[in-house]
Amino acid sequence: MSGEPLIRPAQAPLTRRKLLIGLGVGAAAAPLSACSFDTGGPTALNILEKAEALTKAAQRAFLGPATAMAPEFPPGAISAYFKPNGSVDPEDPEYVALRQGGFKDWKLEVGGLVERPMKLSLADLRALPSRSQITRHDCVEGWSCIGQWKGAPLSSVLSAAGLKPQARYIAFFCADTLEETLDNTGRYYETIGLIDAFHPQTILAYEMNYAPLKVGHGAPLRLRVERQLGYKMAKYIMRIEAIDDFAKISRGRGGFWEDRGYEWYAGI
Amino acid sequence: MTSLSSALPARVAPEGRLVARHSAVVRVCHWVNAVSFVVLLMSGMQIFNASPLLTWAQTTNFERPFFSLSARHDDDGNATAGLTTIFGHSFNTTGVFGASRGDDGSLEERGFPSWATLPSYQDLAMGRRWHFFFAWILVLNGLVYFANLILSRHIRELWPSLADLKAIPHAIVEHVRLRFPSGDEALHYNVLQKLAYLSVVIAFPLLILAGLTMSPAVDAAFPWLLTLFHGRQAARSVHFLLAAYLVLFLIVHLVMVVLSGPINNMRSMITGRYRIKEGQR
Repeated sequence: MSGEPLIRPAQAPLTRRKLLIGLGVGAAAAPLSACSFDTGGPTALNILEKAEALTKAAQRAFLGPATAMAPEFPPGAISAYFKPNGSVDPEDPEYVALRQGGFKDWKLEVGGLVERPMKLSLADLRALPSRSQITRHDCVEGWSCIGQWKGAPLSSVLSAAGLKPQARYIAFFCADTLEETLDNTGRYYETIGLIDAFHPQTILAYEMNYAPLKVGHGAPLRLRVERQLGYKMAKYIMRIEAIDDFAKISRGRGGFWEDRGYEWYAGI
Repeated sequence: MTSLSSALPARVAPEGRLVARHSAVVRVCHWVNAVSFVVLLMSGMQIFNASPLLTWAQTTNFERPFFSLSARHDDDGNATAGLTTIFGHSFNTTGVFGASRGDDGSLEERGFPSWATLPSYQDLAMGRRWHFFFAWILVLNGLVYFANLILSRHIRELWPSLADLKAIPHAIVEHVRLRFPSGDEALHYNVLQKLAYLSVVIAFPLLILAGLTMSPAVDAAFPWLLTLFHGRQAARSVHFLLAAYLVLFLIVHLVMVVLSGPINNMRSMITGRYRIKEGQR
């Protein structure tokens, strides 16, 4: 055995140590005792949410440059089956009409805190320089699929529109209602920060697996944000807005799933 | 600090002498880890339930997972049986895995049963909140533990010697007979304890790395993690299997705590003091 003790002679009553243990265990268990296990009410959520800021700060601090690229794969890695999720066939009348017209009348609105609000047709988007990437899609549920995506970098659309200095987030408003609500808060939307908005792999995709984007995957246009989870990648995009704050949008937490308890920063 | 050989009786009691066994750092880390592990395990099962199947490689093979918890349904879509499928072989695990009773008493499709998950009802968002909050506590606590492990050379208590390894058969026989060391022999970890604790000390960092590999942001910064685990879904499977190993360890650990003197063991992990019984062997 080594000279260092596994076992040391007992000393005076270890009150300070007991206190330390009490504090340690108590701190770890605080969220457990502060609320009931199962109600997961506002108190629990408020405490547990603190971890999200820590995760975001740690990922920003330790994960290298803001432009670190998500892994890309060879064509042979493309999944034979790519699971569609969330809305897969929106029944919103406006969307149904556009779909029936082959999305010829669809136009992407770009507005909010921009110098030059725009309306872009699919042909306009296809005329922009494009990026094609074969990436892995990670759903918050735990599964992954690999697909090929082609589209216009979001950065080029935003640069063309010209962000005003106050702009801090980009919001995506979608055509699909994922949950029926009385106040229209079931309409899908998402927001991302400017670091992700200007990332080279963040594209407005109109093509998937070398074919026009299918309805199940968000036709005519969906977002790809490759370093985040699937729910950030809004499908059926109708309007993009540069905003300074998302507190006033819908239920104020920055996205459809965020409004239902999920993290705004979905990097893990 | 004194060496083992000079460990002196602090007080002579009829039952034997009391010695200080675990340092304060180890004791605090142990209990913080214990609480965190239970929360992470239960919230982890909640998260697993959102996609209750495991595959290898980068992407999910929905058709042929090597492990899945699923339900059989009748024509109306009601769950009628719970199935656990391992390498294509299905076992009926109704009531526990695949399908179990909900609040209203009816059978519901659900990977792990509600009594095992946090929250008990299906809520992936809250499961993730619990998981990542306590993951931070586990990681920070683990950093303190590992710093202590190296700096105090506690690692040398856990590292088995060649003589230890040769004594494995003997140690197994002794354990099967439920004969535990007493006297000075009880001051050291025996080889089975060393191997068990060492495996846990290795399993936790691996499990955390596998968990991080599931993060698309982490993968962008450290793509070698995907190589290490052979893909994201493989990392998810490793994360799950290591958690299962730790559950197995926990069961054996608790059984051994009870069999080898629960009060003495609990006292030594709470106050640090352990009672040595003399000359029984």
